[in-house]
Amino acid sequence: MSLDTTDSYVTEDGRTIGGVVMEMKNITLRFGGVVAIKDISFDIREGEIRAIIGPNGAGKSSMLNVISGFYHPQEGEVWFHGRKRPSMKPYQVAAQGIARTFQNIALFDGMSVLDNIMTGRLTMMKSNMLQQAIWFGRAEREENQHREQVEKVIDFLEIQAIRKTPVGRLPYGLKKRVELARALAAEPKLLLLDEPMAGMNVEEKEDMSRFILDVNDEFGTTIALIEHDMGVVMDLSDRVVVMDYGKKIGDGTPDEVRNNQDVIDAYLGVAHD
Amino acid sequence: MIYREAGDFKTSYRKDSQTFPLKFDRVAYFVLLAVAFLVIPFIINDYWANAVLVPFLIYAIAALGLNILTGYAGQVSLGTGGFMAVGAYSCYKLMTGIDIFGVEFPPLNIFLSVIVSGGITAVVGVLFGLPSLRIKGFYLAVATLAAQFFLVWLFNKWGWAYNHSASGQINAPERSVFGIIVTGPETAAWAKYLFCLVFVFFVAWIARNLTRGAAGRKWMAIRDMDIAAEIIGVNPLLAKLSAFAVSSFFVGIAGALFFSVYLGAVEVGEAFGIQKSFLVLFMVIIGGLGSIFGSFAGAAFMVLLPVLLKNVLVGALGWPTDLAAHLELVIVGGLIIAFLVVEPHGIAQLWRLAKEKLRLWPFPH
Repeated sequence: MSLDTTDSYVTEDGRTIGGVVMEMKNITLRFGGVVAIKDISFDIREGEIRAIIGPNGAGKSSMLNVISGFYHPQEGEVWFHGRKRPSMKPYQVAAQGIARTFQNIALFDGMSVLDNIMTGRLTMMKSNMLQQAIWFGRAEREENQHREQVEKVIDFLEIQAIRKTPVGRLPYGLKKRVELARALAAEPKLLLLDEPMAGMNVEEKEDMSRFILDVNDEFGTTIALIEHDMGVVMDLSDRVVVMDYGKKIGDGTPDEVRNNQDVIDAYLGVAHD
Repeated sequence: MIYREAGDFKTSYRKDSQTFPLKFDRVAYFVLLAVAFLVIPFIINDYWANAVLVPFLIYAIAALGLNILTGYAGQVSLGTGGFMAVGAYSCYKLMTGIDIFGVEFPPLNIFLSVIVSGGITAVVGVLFGLPSLRIKGFYLAVATLAAQFFLVWLFNKWGWAYNHSASGQINAPERSVFGIIVTGPETAAWAKYLFCLVFVFFVAWIARNLTRGAAGRKWMAIRDMDIAAEIIGVNPLLAKLSAFAVSSFFVGIAGALFFSVYLGAVEVGEAFGIQKSFLVLFMVIIGGLGSIFGSFAGAAFMVLLPVLLKNVLVGALGWPTDLAAHLELVIVGGLIIAFLVVEPHGIAQLWRLAKEKLRLWPFPH
């Protein structure tokens, strides 16, 4: 299967993957003298699950941070929906329909699960301060509409029982799920997951994998994820980008990547000269 | 027992998100309102108004304001006294009529004066809130401390602000609402009380509405994890500045009432010095950060405790007044420390725990 020429392709399990949603063109990111990402290009297509893998320190999370507007690359361009994206603040990127989760859970500990998930819809809430101060009328109507959407996400991720629990009291696995819920509440066009399964046991990983597949299947959400568990990556993803020391060393379907000599070298280790 | 959710089913999201989900709480709230508006004004006397209720109400407004900024949005402020001074002096100018470059504004109605003073304080608050975009925590506290000292200095030196009076003080002239005198020495105790109560009611209502909706979530998101907040779509500039604006609006109203209704005459360094900033901060910390109820509880604690101690030490035990006054400070300070050791999250947290226990009572599980 050739990935470069066709506008869309059909996966093994019969899903049709559409055109390019996001394209990274020759991204280079430096921190002082350290080159975190070096001249990397790849694309993410509509409806696919795209994995970014690589050993520790390869620059995967930096890549995600570039996509979500948290880092600004020194060189290269980010194209989203066929247009070059100007330099943006993270909250502007969020408003464009890109949501993400974090490697180290970044929930708001002082708020309940429900409030945390409601924050995912903040970019869509339009009532102004005065309307909110009066509450009755537009603010309340809006709140209840968004609550309804959030409840759908809560049902979907099966966390009804912990709705009103303060997030600080939850165990790790559930926190990860709440974080996914917060990202989903934003109804993103592109969902970025930074190690969604880090530190989970097998059952939790299975649950999370099921949720990721369901999200992709039911809402057609495009997903880019970073993950260290190779079994999960190979099972879930349609295409994989492999990074090592800030460079791209492989890109293709799981099978192609698995048989790529550079990738094998990076993971098993050979002498770097 | 009546005090539990069992059997109290919610059939709409509107009902689920109401302020008092338990019927018992709702009833208690309306009874409290009825007593505050319909009973107390008829039985209040000068002592209760001046020593207890009026300062409690005014400090409750200031504490609500600071709680929005510090408790909900996580921005520490030591400038509360200075912002109260802005409210007080704005109110004074508005009450007495302003002359700006030859354009004369007639004296404004006292009710409007207080509200507009809040608005002016909001603008000043946003101005001094600008550094919060770059600095956090202790450093921001120091920046707001600068605001405190600058504002007190300004109202000391700027003759226009106190109409060039010889004493440098500002005095509240007599003003009335619907023919009832609410400022000046002739004011009746119930009028003072009721005037402040109306403001408290609306300020608390607005505070509750803002903190339960989108604005409150933005503030709390910034407080809990500002980077994550920005990535999920919260504009940190607008969130922080709106918190400063709303907070200063409330604090300005408190300052205006403190001057016009409560004290009547104000010398800025004495009434709105750094002690005032700390007093309101203590109220917020002891009451409970990020809680509307906590603001009231903290204000009540800090206002009532000295009065109570004085009554016990001087009234009941017959100690000399000066000794009691000194001891009072020691005891209040000691109690604050003891209290924070026992429950760092304040009275609001104690109240929550008590309610949880009550819900299960008499069964332990």
